[in-house]
Amino acid sequence: MKSFRLVFRSFRDAFKSVVRNFSLSLASITCITITLIIIAASFLISENVRNFTDLIEKDVTVVVFLSNDTTEEDRKLFEEELQKMDNIDYYDFSSKQEVKTNMAKEYDNLKTILDDWEESENPLKDTYTIKVVDVEKIKDTADKIKTFDKVDSVQYGEGLVEKMLGAFSAVEKITLIAALALVVVTIFLIINTIKLTIFSRKQEIYIMRLVGASNMRIKLPFVIEGVVLGIIGSIIPTVIIIFGYTALYNKMGGVLFSSLIKLVKPIPFIFNLSVVVIAIGILVGMIGSARAVRRYVKI
Amino acid sequence: MELITLKNVYKTYPNGVGAIYDLSLSIEKGEFVFIIGGSGSGKSTLIKMLYREEKPTRGEIIVGGVKVANLKNSKVYKLRRKLGVVFQDYKLLPKLTVYENVAFALEVVGADNSKIRGRVLEVLDKVGLKHKAKSYPDKLSGGEQQRVAIARAIANNPKILICDEPTGNLDPNISMEIMDILKKINEELGTTILMVTHDITIVEKMKKRVLVLKEGRLVKDYKEGTYKHEEF
Repeated sequence: MKSFRLVFRSFRDAFKSVVRNFSLSLASITCITITLIIIAASFLISENVRNFTDLIEKDVTVVVFLSNDTTEEDRKLFEEELQKMDNIDYYDFSSKQEVKTNMAKEYDNLKTILDDWEESENPLKDTYTIKVVDVEKIKDTADKIKTFDKVDSVQYGEGLVEKMLGAFSAVEKITLIAALALVVVTIFLIINTIKLTIFSRKQEIYIMRLVGASNMRIKLPFVIEGVVLGIIGSIIPTVIIIFGYTALYNKMGGVLFSSLIKLVKPIPFIFNLSVVVIAIGILVGMIGSARAVRRYVKI
Repeated sequence: MELITLKNVYKTYPNGVGAIYDLSLSIEKGEFVFIIGGSGSGKSTLIKMLYREEKPTRGEIIVGGVKVANLKNSKVYKLRRKLGVVFQDYKLLPKLTVYENVAFALEVVGADNSKIRGRVLEVLDKVGLKHKAKSYPDKLSGGEQQRVAIARAIANNPKILICDEPTGNLDPNISMEIMDILKKINEELGTTILMVTHDITIVEKMKKRVLVLKEGRLVKDYKEGTYKHEEF
């Protein structure tokens, strides 16, 4: 009963304090809001970049053309070699006849030309399409395959793919580090803002200590106040995430610049991100006020 | 029964200034004790050590069975619930009414809501301010504010009431009103009262035990009714 009263009164005091010290509360809330917006933006960017990376990685394959004189046995040897390599996810074989049929299917006007060719004159090559496990090592893998017997040529998005992925991973890392740094900066800002609120209530805390309030009784309202400030501070960022991102997604038609680069679908992404943002807001407010009140309970 | 015991207490402030030297004394339950002395005599330091706003450098202090000298910050509240403190500047919360100021002291120690109301009115009645319950402190005179502070200090039924120059800001006749209330509390509730003052007129009128401090040492301990003014 007594601890229930403690919690109830702490909540009441926390809300009272937010209202009574409104201008200072507003300072803390604004501070949290701005940071959370920037954090949300960096999460949006890094999440989308990760999505691009995934999509591109899915699309990237190594295409191996075998020379025209390849026999059945050569192919078996080649496949054995492939199986020994560790960066190979799976491979797919298409004989030159299959390549021809596929090409014919894809382009109608090619069909007439292709149909003219007899089986023996087919200039196309037996082809392996290989999916690698780690796209960042695609160059090494391709180079190795090039050394195999009967390999005529190997193709992959040389250079371009690696550069793009490198850039993406850099963007992702930078935005995440920026977000993290912002969280730390906000905690310090909140500590200082809440210190101001608490300073104006030094007398109150002193009297609380003097008449025998336990440290818990003194600290709890401030910690709850921090949580309340955190929640209020995360309202605007959450609205921006939910409505802003959905609007952006719809306006862009779900893609960035070209249909190759697809944006992350808003649902459930925006809800997950909102939960993260609110959690960061609460945590930052809580840590900030808990630290700010610490020195006042030592009298 | 000894309520307050000090044994060979020394206090030196971190800046090297000494405040109390080898002080030993004991105060019985129900006593009314004045602590007098010039400025810098250590009288404020002495009572601050009793409610542990200051820690002694050396020696033992026992208040109401609690060893004060090595009390942890997190356990200080247990000591504070045994005593009430009244200051020269009242230390009332300006944004709260008289009623709320007194209720605040009960509320923060976790008292029951239903009991708070009765108790607040009871102590306000005791200091004669029941009719001002809804006023704010800045609408009251100094004497009235000090009476509210006394009501707040005794709200938790403390065994000891520590008063740091409670009449320091008040006119002589108002001071006597405050002294009447303290006397009443001492006699009717049996609360032990320690009062720091430099108002010799009050000390002479009250005829209570008087401790005289000078330069951090206890130089004289007058038994009840034996005080006469002399220079040290």
